[in-house]
Amino acid sequence: MNTGIGARVTRKEDKRFITGKGKYTDDIRNENQAYAAFVRSPHAHATVNGIDASEALAMDGVIDVLDGQQMTADGIGNLICGWAVTSKDGSPMNMGAWRPLADGNVRYVGDSLAVVIAETQAIARAAAELVEVDFDVLPAVAAPAKALDGSSPQIHENAPGNLIYDFGIGEEAATDSALAGAAHVTKISLTNNRLAPNAMEPRSAIATYDEAEEHYTLYTTSQNPHVARLVLSAFVQVAPEHKLRVIAPDVGGGFGSKIFIYPEEVTCLWASMKTNRSVKWTSDRSEAFMTDAHGRDHISTAEMGFDADGKIVGFKVDTIANFGAYMNLFSSSVPTYLYATLLSGQYNIKNIYANVRGVYTNTVPVDAYRGAGRPEACYLVERVMEQAARELGKDPTELRRANFVTEFPHQTPVIMTYDSGDFGANLDQAMDAANVSGFAARKADSANRGKLRGLGYSCYIEACGIAPSAAVGSLGAGVGLWESAEVRVNPVGTIEVLTGSHSHGQGHETTFAQIVSERFDLPIENIQIVHGDTDKVQFGMGTYGSRSGAVGMSAIVKAMDKVEAKVKKIAAHVLEASEDDIVIEGGEVKVAGTDKAMAWHEVGLAAYMAHNLPPDMEPGLKEGAFYDPANFTFPAGAYICEVEIDPETGVTDIVQFTASDDFGTIINPMIVEGQVHGGIAQGIGQAMFEQVIYDDDGQLITGSYMDYTMPRAANLPDYSVHHASTTCPNNPLGMKGCGEAGAIGSPPAVINAITDAIGSNDLAMPATPLAVWNAIQAAK
Amino acid sequence: MTKIKMTVNGKAVSRDVPDETLLSEFLRENLRLTGTHVGCDTSQCGACVVHVNGKAIKSCSTLAASLEGADITTIEGLANGELHPMQLAFTNNHGLQCGFCTPGMIMTSVDMVGRYKAAGKELTSEAIRNELEGNICRCTGYHNIVRAVKDAASKM
Repeated sequence: MNTGIGARVTRKEDKRFITGKGKYTDDIRNENQAYAAFVRSPHAHATVNGIDASEALAMDGVIDVLDGQQMTADGIGNLICGWAVTSKDGSPMNMGAWRPLADGNVRYVGDSLAVVIAETQAIARAAAELVEVDFDVLPAVAAPAKALDGSSPQIHENAPGNLIYDFGIGEEAATDSALAGAAHVTKISLTNNRLAPNAMEPRSAIATYDEAEEHYTLYTTSQNPHVARLVLSAFVQVAPEHKLRVIAPDVGGGFGSKIFIYPEEVTCLWASMKTNRSVKWTSDRSEAFMTDAHGRDHISTAEMGFDADGKIVGFKVDTIANFGAYMNLFSSSVPTYLYATLLSGQYNIKNIYANVRGVYTNTVPVDAYRGAGRPEACYLVERVMEQAARELGKDPTELRRANFVTEFPHQTPVIMTYDSGDFGANLDQAMDAANVSGFAARKADSANRGKLRGLGYSCYIEACGIAPSAAVGSLGAGVGLWESAEVRVNPVGTIEVLTGSHSHGQGHETTFAQIVSERFDLPIENIQIVHGDTDKVQFGMGTYGSRSGAVGMSAIVKAMDKVEAKVKKIAAHVLEASEDDIVIEGGEVKVAGTDKAMAWHEVGLAAYMAHNLPPDMEPGLKEGAFYDPANFTFPAGAYICEVEIDPETGVTDIVQFTASDDFGTIINPMIVEGQVHGGIAQGIGQAMFEQVIYDDDGQLITGSYMDYTMPRAANLPDYSVHHASTTCPNNPLGMKGCGEAGAIGSPPAVINAITDAIGSNDLAMPATPLAVWNAIQAAK
Repeated sequence: MTKIKMTVNGKAVSRDVPDETLLSEFLRENLRLTGTHVGCDTSQCGACVVHVNGKAIKSCSTLAASLEGADITTIEGLANGELHPMQLAFTNNHGLQCGFCTPGMIMTSVDMVGRYKAAGKELTSEAIRNELEGNICRCTGYHNIVRAVKDAASKM
């Protein structure tokens, strides 16, 4: 059976998950386990005058209660934002101090104040209720525009007016001039609704301190255990890097929310040392809504100018991005280098200018969530394009085609150099699959039944494969964004691949093994992927931004190149042939055109026996590589949504959702389609169901699954998923990345379909039945 | 404290536990059957679904002490020597990604197919989607889960 590149191999990791044998962090219990429960602020903004833990400490089974003052006294550092974004006047961003346990003010509902360590989780939680906190409640602000208006409370001393930065990108004067000379200008104001990531596995951490070794072990729900270790040691300084082992075992979804270093991991590590106990904390869902980093939350206005032929002449954008109460790990990059750099969309636009103001509010921190900046850019660009087509009386696909980038490489005015793509081919394929030519008849049929029918397009592009280290370094990133791999051929010929990527649903144990199976023509059962443990795996950067294929697998390819070269040298030596004549196939390493061959495992054995190696060759057969990408990659595609709406109720039914994507080379179509399905579901969730709501005082209204609408099976359609691929020229496998596309491309397709059906552009996400019904009434 | 006796995955078990112990806690913490997951605190997500006397229930909303003498099957007890058709269908149709909701999805789906077969009703895609109302998946967008359930239904 072919298990190489392009094969629909069922997943190696599935058996443990379908039999209940997965090992998630909360499934682990150490000897003599103690449990943590956090005392959290019920106020969105308050000064803490004092904490009285005496009643909690007196409770049976309570080991200790630790607070922010003690943590500060022990020299534990701040949580940090790792990407320095500069304002357009050259000033640095205004990062306010974020204490893992508050020592002074609290700034959002859920801000952690103290931790109870107890013999059971139930005792810890009960005792946390007994901790008395003396607050002076301060005025709070939750709405980002209001936070900037000068009348709002100051959240951090060093951020006057709550402004984090005032960022600009592109040429403002040239863009203004282009808009002034445009034949038509389309104007739009949009909110990109705030979302809760909702990985189904809640965050969890188990920290254990070994007093004799002065060594810490942390099991945690992380997408990037080495990054976690680096931040916890170098910045937060809770443990030295060489004395801290971070293990991210099976992780139940991430979607960005498990990239970050949160107060709870820091506190569990510190508390394990303070109490000399293994300390375990697992979030419940209510705590997750309060404390997991949220996503999106932009307010934007935009103007796009067109000439008389319908060519875009300029695009100007003004965005306010809500950061919440503290700057989370990569928060600064999301509304700037991951958002404003994608505002050219799939289009050839000479003049673009974007202004982005980052603002503090008394809400939980906001950071990367599936797509991270790119969904916000796509939503803006694609809603503007659809509205412009309506205003200009043009077919929305023709207006797009007239402006598509068709020659590569293409330099946009906002940093990015698109390297490849065929936007027209994806639009053609999606239109064909969606039977767009039959839409008019379907609309007439709907009308006969008293229903409204609409068709909406979205032609998205995103930047993945993050990222060339020097390039992101020049933009302020505090890390390099390469990836690492080590390929170990064992003496018996089986292979272990140690990767710095982390799998939390993406199926790396299968797809990574497929590229090894392909290269060495070996059964996939003989290949094991190892990840997620800083004691086993060399430093790696982890999984986010659809980077594991384009960057993580590229590192494996580089390591396999080295292994292959050594295998051929050994075989050439043993078989007394030229290296150039050696081929690897069918489980053998052989001399082409002859019957001279070694079994694959005999080469492995020869490398480790070292009885007969070429002169000066080191024994062993394992090679490592670091891969630093040459450019971002640019997955792109066309999505078409078709809806039918009951005008009496506003209830919207997605009758057809069609996707055509260009992901470059596809290793496992089954897994790639699954990624697209899940991404589209999250995008439809944003478009029609989901929204985090805080009230004016910063109280979280949508704090559970009773209040926050998660898309269920009956809310979602089947997806019609297709590919029209071009090869990425910048990495060895030609891959672009597929993890986020669905979540990026789908929201504007849905909203464009609904607005098409109701004949009004005035509709915000989420398009609930009430919102759609109101829009229908307003348009009457 | 209450002494609880029940049958779990075909084995008699007996433990003394606090009265307020939920079945999900009892399975995970007392019996260390950690395949049953807890993904929420409002009985919405369905990651904790197990079978009690042959019926799917949410173990996070059931007191262990109320199930004296009950016969319980968890995801760990579903395979009987070989994988259950539902387990196979989930892997063959790529009906899982991170795997966290999967035990609950599978246990719900086995019960669903059994009920429809017993009633002689056709299990359509629409019916499957409606029946999965109490199970949330964030990874798959449900498309392949629906296919998995249909596939398994044809083999059960």
